[in-house]
Amino acid sequence: MTLRDDLEKIRQEREKNIKDVGDLKKLDALRVELLGKKGPITQALRGMRNLSADERPKFGQFANSVRDELQSAIETRRDELKKALLNKQLQNETIDVTLPGKPVAQGQPHVIQQIIDQIEDLFIGMGYQVLSGPEVEEDKYNFEMMNLPKDHPARDMQDTFYITKEILMRTQTSPMQARTLEKHDFSKGPLKMISPGVVYRRDTDDPTHSHQFHQVEGIVIDKHITMADLKGTLELIAHELFGDRFDIRLRPSYFPFTEPSVEADITCFNCGGKGCAVCKYTGWIEVLGAGMVHPNVLEMAGVDSEVYGGFAFGVGPDRFAMLKYGVDDIRNFYLNDVRFLTQFSKKG
Amino acid sequence: MKIAYSWLQEYLDIQVSPKDLGEKIERSSVEVDSVTQPSDGLKKIVVGKIMSMEPHPDSDHLQVCQVDVGDDDLSQIVCGAPNVAAGRKVIVALPGSRIGGNVKIKRSKMRGVVSNGMICALDEIGFSKDVVPKEWADGIYFLPEDAKIGEPVFPYLGMDDYLIDVDVTPNRGDMLSVYGVARDLGAIYAQTPKLNHPKVEEVATAAADKVTIEADEKLAPIYKMRIVENVKIQPSPLWLQIKLWNAGVRPINNVVDVTNYILLKYGQPLHAFDYDKVSGSTIKARYAQKGEKLTTLDEAEHDLDEKDIVIADDQKPIALAGVMGGLNSEIDDQTTTVAIESAVFTPTLIRKTAQRQNLHTDASQRFERGVNRGGVEEAADAAAQMMHELAGGDVLKGIVTGSSYDVKPVVVNITLSRINHILGTDLSLDQVKAIFKQLGFGVTLDGEKYTVTVPSTRWDIHIPADLVEEVARIYGYDKIPSTLPSGPTTVGALTEKQKLMRDSRHVLESLGLNQAISYALTTDTKAKQFMMRESAETHLSWPMTADHTTLRMNMISGLLDDVAYNNARRVKDVALYEQGRVFYKDSEDEVRPSEHEHIAGAVSGQLVVDPLKNAKHNAIDFYQLKGIVEKYLNNLAIKGDIEFVATDQYPEMHPGRTADIFIHGHYVGFIGQVHPSVAEAYKINQTYVFELDLDALIEMPKDMNQFEPISKYPSITRDVALLVDKSVTNAQVLAQIHKRGGAYLKSVHLFDIFDGKNLPGGKQSLAYTLTYQNPNATLTDDEVNQAFEKVQKTLVSELGAEIR
Ligand SMILES: [Zn+2]
Repeated sequence: MTLRDDLEKIRQEREKNIKDVGDLKKLDALRVELLGKKGPITQALRGMRNLSADERPKFGQFANSVRDELQSAIETRRDELKKALLNKQLQNETIDVTLPGKPVAQGQPHVIQQIIDQIEDLFIGMGYQVLSGPEVEEDKYNFEMMNLPKDHPARDMQDTFYITKEILMRTQTSPMQARTLEKHDFSKGPLKMISPGVVYRRDTDDPTHSHQFHQVEGIVIDKHITMADLKGTLELIAHELFGDRFDIRLRPSYFPFTEPSVEADITCFNCGGKGCAVCKYTGWIEVLGAGMVHPNVLEMAGVDSEVYGGFAFGVGPDRFAMLKYGVDDIRNFYLNDVRFLTQFSKKG
Repeated sequence: MKIAYSWLQEYLDIQVSPKDLGEKIERSSVEVDSVTQPSDGLKKIVVGKIMSMEPHPDSDHLQVCQVDVGDDDLSQIVCGAPNVAAGRKVIVALPGSRIGGNVKIKRSKMRGVVSNGMICALDEIGFSKDVVPKEWADGIYFLPEDAKIGEPVFPYLGMDDYLIDVDVTPNRGDMLSVYGVARDLGAIYAQTPKLNHPKVEEVATAAADKVTIEADEKLAPIYKMRIVENVKIQPSPLWLQIKLWNAGVRPINNVVDVTNYILLKYGQPLHAFDYDKVSGSTIKARYAQKGEKLTTLDEAEHDLDEKDIVIADDQKPIALAGVMGGLNSEIDDQTTTVAIESAVFTPTLIRKTAQRQNLHTDASQRFERGVNRGGVEEAADAAAQMMHELAGGDVLKGIVTGSSYDVKPVVVNITLSRINHILGTDLSLDQVKAIFKQLGFGVTLDGEKYTVTVPSTRWDIHIPADLVEEVARIYGYDKIPSTLPSGPTTVGALTEKQKLMRDSRHVLESLGLNQAISYALTTDTKAKQFMMRESAETHLSWPMTADHTTLRMNMISGLLDDVAYNNARRVKDVALYEQGRVFYKDSEDEVRPSEHEHIAGAVSGQLVVDPLKNAKHNAIDFYQLKGIVEKYLNNLAIKGDIEFVATDQYPEMHPGRTADIFIHGHYVGFIGQVHPSVAEAYKINQTYVFELDLDALIEMPKDMNQFEPISKYPSITRDVALLVDKSVTNAQVLAQIHKRGGAYLKSVHLFDIFDGKNLPGGKQSLAYTLTYQNPNATLTDDEVNQAFEKVQKTLVSELGAEIR
């Protein structure tokens, strides 16, 4: 046997061996065995000095090629084994992607707050200030300056929680009309204001009455404010809060602090205006009261009603929320059942 | 008030359906609650004639009637009414019919005898018991002799009419009469309603010879009377009865019915006295005297107040003026002479009497809103003439007057440009003039200035703005254009305070709390729990219920009510916050409390509900809520150190698990666990709460310098574990570390806390990581070691710590 035959044999046998190796450790051992200092190739190269000068280069070339071949076979095998190992590991790591996501803490605004914020944002965008007033109010602002003197029959319309004869829980946000009118400096421009807040009525709590609820008052006073402006503004509120497909209509009504006074109805949510039990077959649902500020209210606050005038409106966020979401009991808003509160979390 | 469509048709040429008419009234005048037909929901109810009847073989009160209902054969119907009689025309509900209360009538057997339907009383076909005439209250109703057999009964009883139920606002008292509604519709449809005016046929005897009247003008600005003699009391004709019962008024007799009819028609309440029951010949309108009593027509006895107005004879009150007549002067079957009162009483006095005596009538409702002062005599005339026609009475000559009032028309001036300026319209001179005329107002024009003369029928109109409303509603709100305010631009923005309040809410929501809105009015006990300062209580003078009597002086109690509501419904995990006002009074003498914005939270059960975790181990604890409060305060960027100082000063809080919160030394609120006995009283599970003075937080200076460059030099950390007494607090350790930390100590973090068994008794182990950094250079180990050494020494010397 020549050296060359030996190497040839090693090459053939070992290449097959390499392919059969099943794990990385054994492969490494085989590599040392074949290609290490004591391995057959190193040995063969060492034995080269016994060869003639002619044969040496040829044999050297051959020996190197065998070594390269084996090395490459080992590399290939190593990659294969690594890949298999990784695949196996990934397989073991497989999870049930249908298990629930981990809960995170997230609270949310009260549905009435959402409506108030929406109204505030709408009016801020139109240049209104947002003002808040006292919940414990003077009779003077709550009634007298709103054109409701002591013996006025409309005082029966709103039963009042009095604290003393002159101090009461405000029954409406309207006193903020009087308070801001008194203070406003018209030389600095028009008064455009909304005032959201809590109001109180001496009512027994039931599905449609609450002794505590919310209102958003609005007032605009300048030299050229018209009923048409009121109509346009109310339409905007309806569109913003409910959507463009809702129309409003105005009907005559009565409030001591506005003249003319109107009630605004909005297209029925339930039937879209065709008529149903919810809207008593009229296609309309009453949503807010408004009107042109009564000259007496302006004069009592020291504003010249010959020069200045404008409109005022009062919106009930509780009623809006009930209509918008079909909530059938106003008490839900104040009992704070977590299951109720967390329902209104969808944006838009 | 229910207005009959047919009654309006007597005065107007109405071309629209009742429903459309209702809609028109709603859009132009006053709200309409409903438009209905009394026959709604009824069917197959016809005129029948009882041809013969014989007693039921097995009953002592039933009659077996043979009834002609217009078919070839007679129908056999069993009837138990006491007044059933052969030869009468009656209301028959046929088999398959539907009567009042949505009841279906079937062919049936009554004690073995076949009955093909039912003979009905009025209340069985939908009449309210309140309007059925007394004579028909206990039996079946007899239809007029000319009623056609087999025809539906509805037209004979006015049940095919349409009733428009108007809900009249306080200013439109004029709409509480058929004439008033007809006048308004006349304006809307540009028609002149054909309203008739009575002509009275009088006899020679003067009424003034029979009665003298004294009336105080302050109580009764107008008080007038007519006398009708020789009346014969009878039931009213059917047409009149129908008008009354369709308006919800019970027919009584031809005198009382006339007064009620006039009230409905003119809106002027009248009262009829039996003249012979009046003692003496002087009738007075005066205040009631102390101790006087009066039994009114509804048989209720009233203790009169000295502020009640009464009508009195020379001995006693005979009527509660403007509200209800007295039983002692009631018209009865024997009455022959009637005194008809037509008056105007002072609205506020009537309102108070009606409230005080809890007696609200058609009359008081109208007097409270005012009546047409120009129509008082006309109403008396119309009533007297009707009593002549219907009851055969002799109307004595003249009207007796106790007080009278010179009714002057109201004149209001307004210009066209003013109207257009307020409405945003472009109406012409003629358009507006036409509207005023349609309303029945007198109008003259000078340039563009209208001088409008308002008749007494519209006593609500006094000022130009009232005229603007009239123009707007008659012109139509639908036709008014839709614009937005023009003029100088204004800037709309939230104030700093409002922004911070919004941010506050958003931060707490992002940290997992849901916004609650609770009641500000609560019980005395709850109002003064969890107090952050001393305050007197604010009570309602006349609360509605015991649950809401006092203004809250804390937010937490409301949130605990909410937790209780949830816990009671097996909702265990509750995380709420509320932003709202508390009401403080510095002393009892202060009448009006000051209002302060607070923000509070309450968490019970798990903040983050994870069903895969043990609910008990995952439940809220002091430190989790403290984390929320710290994060919240951090987010508000308030300048100054936040300190939590243990306190046992709140009776409603756990004495060992509560801390006052200070910012830069200022007290701003507290946090901790609700005292177990308080939790028990609220019926809630273990709950942690906090309350903060939001006004104070808003006022505090804010740290706007949030950015600090990130150092490019590395930091070095050192860990230290200490064995200290359990009484040594984290705050104490931190204070010592910071005191001796040196210039480069950047931060200190507690990373382990341990008080396990293998420690000596009363000891705990605390481990901290100290991070050092020089923003301008790389720190050397030596520098850090020196600094760290100092800290360790201090901890040993100051806190008796054993370094482990
Ligand atoms: Zn509808």
